[in-house]
Amino acid sequence: MYLYDDFDRTLLAERVAEFRGQVGRRLTGELNEDEFKSLRLMNGVYLQLHAYMLRIAIPYGTLASDQMRKLAHVARRYDRGYGHFTTRQNIQFNWIKLAELPDAMADLADSRLHGMQTSGNCVRNITTDQWAGVAPDEIEDPRIWAELLRQHLTLHPEFSFLPRKFKIAVSAASHDRAALAIHDLSVRLYRNGAGEVGFEVGVGGGLGRTPFLTKIIKPFLAKRDLLSYVEAVLRLYNQYGRRDNIYKARIKILVHELGAEKFGREVDAEWQSIKDGALALDPAVIAEIAARFRYPDYERLEDSPPALAAARKADARFATWVDNAVSNHKMPGYAIVTLSLKPVGKPPGDCMADQMDAIADIADRHSFSEIRVGHEQNLVLPHVRQGDLPEVFRALDAIGVATPNVGLVSDIIACPGLDYCSLANARAIPVAQEISKRFRDLDVARGLGRLHINISGCINACGHHHVGHIGILGVEKNGEEFYQITIGGRADEKAQLGTLIGPAVPYDDVPDVVEDIAQAYLELRQQSDELFIDTIERVGVEPFKERVYATR
Amino acid sequence: MTSPLQQKLKISGSSVVTANRLADGAVVYRTAEGTWTTDIDSAAVVSSAEAATSLLTAAKADGVQAVDVYVAPVKLKDGRILPANLREAIRLRGPTIELPITFGI
Amino acid sequence: MPLVRSGKIVEDRFLRVADGEPVPERGPVIVSAERFLADADEFAQREDAVGVIWPNSRNVSELEPHLANLALIALVFPVYKDGRAYSQARVLRERFGFRGELRATGQVLRDQFLFLMRAGFDAFEVAKPADATAFEEAARRYSVFFQPTGDGRVTVARVRTSRDARPVSVRSERVSA
Repeated sequence: MYLYDDFDRTLLAERVAEFRGQVGRRLTGELNEDEFKSLRLMNGVYLQLHAYMLRIAIPYGTLASDQMRKLAHVARRYDRGYGHFTTRQNIQFNWIKLAELPDAMADLADSRLHGMQTSGNCVRNITTDQWAGVAPDEIEDPRIWAELLRQHLTLHPEFSFLPRKFKIAVSAASHDRAALAIHDLSVRLYRNGAGEVGFEVGVGGGLGRTPFLTKIIKPFLAKRDLLSYVEAVLRLYNQYGRRDNIYKARIKILVHELGAEKFGREVDAEWQSIKDGALALDPAVIAEIAARFRYPDYERLEDSPPALAAARKADARFATWVDNAVSNHKMPGYAIVTLSLKPVGKPPGDCMADQMDAIADIADRHSFSEIRVGHEQNLVLPHVRQGDLPEVFRALDAIGVATPNVGLVSDIIACPGLDYCSLANARAIPVAQEISKRFRDLDVARGLGRLHINISGCINACGHHHVGHIGILGVEKNGEEFYQITIGGRADEKAQLGTLIGPAVPYDDVPDVVEDIAQAYLELRQQSDELFIDTIERVGVEPFKERVYATR
Repeated sequence: MTSPLQQKLKISGSSVVTANRLADGAVVYRTAEGTWTTDIDSAAVVSSAEAATSLLTAAKADGVQAVDVYVAPVKLKDGRILPANLREAIRLRGPTIELPITFGI
Repeated sequence: MPLVRSGKIVEDRFLRVADGEPVPERGPVIVSAERFLADADEFAQREDAVGVIWPNSRNVSELEPHLANLALIALVFPVYKDGRAYSQARVLRERFGFRGELRATGQVLRDQFLFLMRAGFDAFEVAKPADATAFEEAARRYSVFFQPTGDGRVTVARVRTSRDARPVSVRSERVSA
């Protein structure tokens, strides 16, 4: 966990006081809506179809159990008893009242939580690998760098009114669990040929109307230069990013129009003039931040304790769940446990207040009071003793978060869509519910292997449909909901954008289309362990297209 | 950017003026008396561009009670006012999915 | 539109001269960027103070050769959401060492004051009188600063790592283990 000190607490208190004043000025009419909108957005407050929505940041996806309980409290006290975990390590409450928001924020601030910079044209919550600090394949804890960036970019006086939002992701593992390539700025920590650890920096990724993947503009950046380099990127963007057209205002368009190489040279020129100034990172500052990340006092344990093998043998459901939801931990005898927030037929990513409290209790008993939030809209208990797994399974199963569908066809990422969002053209959640019901037979789902479905209710692509193995985009045609289907997208270290397979299909047909695609894959794959995404890479999209549109 | 008020308003069929209430975001409709109501059946229904423009202009002038003011299509059936598209139906009745806990607005 | 300088509402001693209007013989004036650059040599000879209003779409490095002759640079916020002038201000102050008055004009609300001060502005043409009155309060809104900028405020990182700094108490909160 990151330990807050008086500075962090004071800042949050000052922020709440400022927002309380702004809400007061709005309610009396001293601020008009146009003036207020940017101010509320910078505090994570949107106006949706039915009510205000509050988005709360979970920096680098790390949540303490007391913070989870505070989220449950806010859900009950100010909302309707549930929250929605998003694809950007945030949680959203959908029914909150403007007049009560300052009180809700004050309650959150007591537990070191806030909505600062979760919306608006500023640097958003910095995301990272939900397994940071425990993943066997990472070279360092990326959260130290995410935290350094977070602090530097919190209420940054120069970059709080950018042309458009700016999303940063940080990863330090060989497997990309942070979807680096779809961010405005990607920071990948790695060891170069000379044995030094530094960053590979990419810019200009982003989905939406004009999707792009990041382009690498700095193959190797020394640690001391991280803040100055990011400052140079943002300074260029702030001055030259387009402000005449909201759809062309993201940095990806600037990078595309200038060309990545030229953009990189411009960044370098700006960076040269600031890199040896006040932003050069002092090793003492890095050490100070690193020291704020406290790791559990792990016991000395052996992997695969006999009790685990016995429990697997005794309970087939348990064994199935372990195979699906439990991953290797860097410490022997420990495991990483993923909690599926995708029960069949329910809204992806939703979590009830009672579940939050129960998860907090389980984390206290079995995961050193720590919980993680991942971009796939699932939760993680990062430090579970392997010997505790049977008990943890029973506890999670009792509250409905042990569906063994992690990474499978029913582990769907979906935006809130037209059921909540004022930007949406079509619904996303009911589509996810119907698909998950269609694949409710877990043997069928397991037979399909790893298969990511991503659903967005509009072109803004909050459901990341472009990078779903199967991507589903809702559009509106003459008042009816239709859905465009793409396949072959992926958001990992081999990121690519999916290919549209044909004309949009009506709402009722979507589960059939997904089933057709799944069936085509089963017939096309070379052997049972060839993944869906690998089959598409090998055979292309044509055979899938033919299958789907043969009878349509 | 052209303000919506400066654009020529085009409407087809019956329409109401709708918005979200500032203090809590609830969906509201403009009445003929110049107030806001959560009851769509109490909304003022207009069927010409002129009438819609004047209702909209008056509604927008009130920037403190309600925000995001716009004209929405409706259908009239058996003396009731019904939303004419899915978005407006969802705004009126809430999400189409089963919510974990339901409260009245 | 009230002008706030050094935390107080003051009278604007500068006269804003529109293009095409004659520049008065005496007294401090503010002229457009085009006019200033066209007659830069003439303005350099002027006894009384000269200021320029500089659009946010134009590179401030064009002003670098003339900074010694400028008493004031006014940077523009066409709407408060357009933040280009923050970068211009920091470059003028921190890279070019401009020491004259740096004035924020346009849609300037109290919610920007502290950001503006941190970026190097020291004068504010405030859109609403109530915001001008609230300047002191808004300027003291935050006491915690993470970024080193030209305004010289001590950053959190510096306090945390300085041996002479006041000890930072880490409240005993729930930690792993």
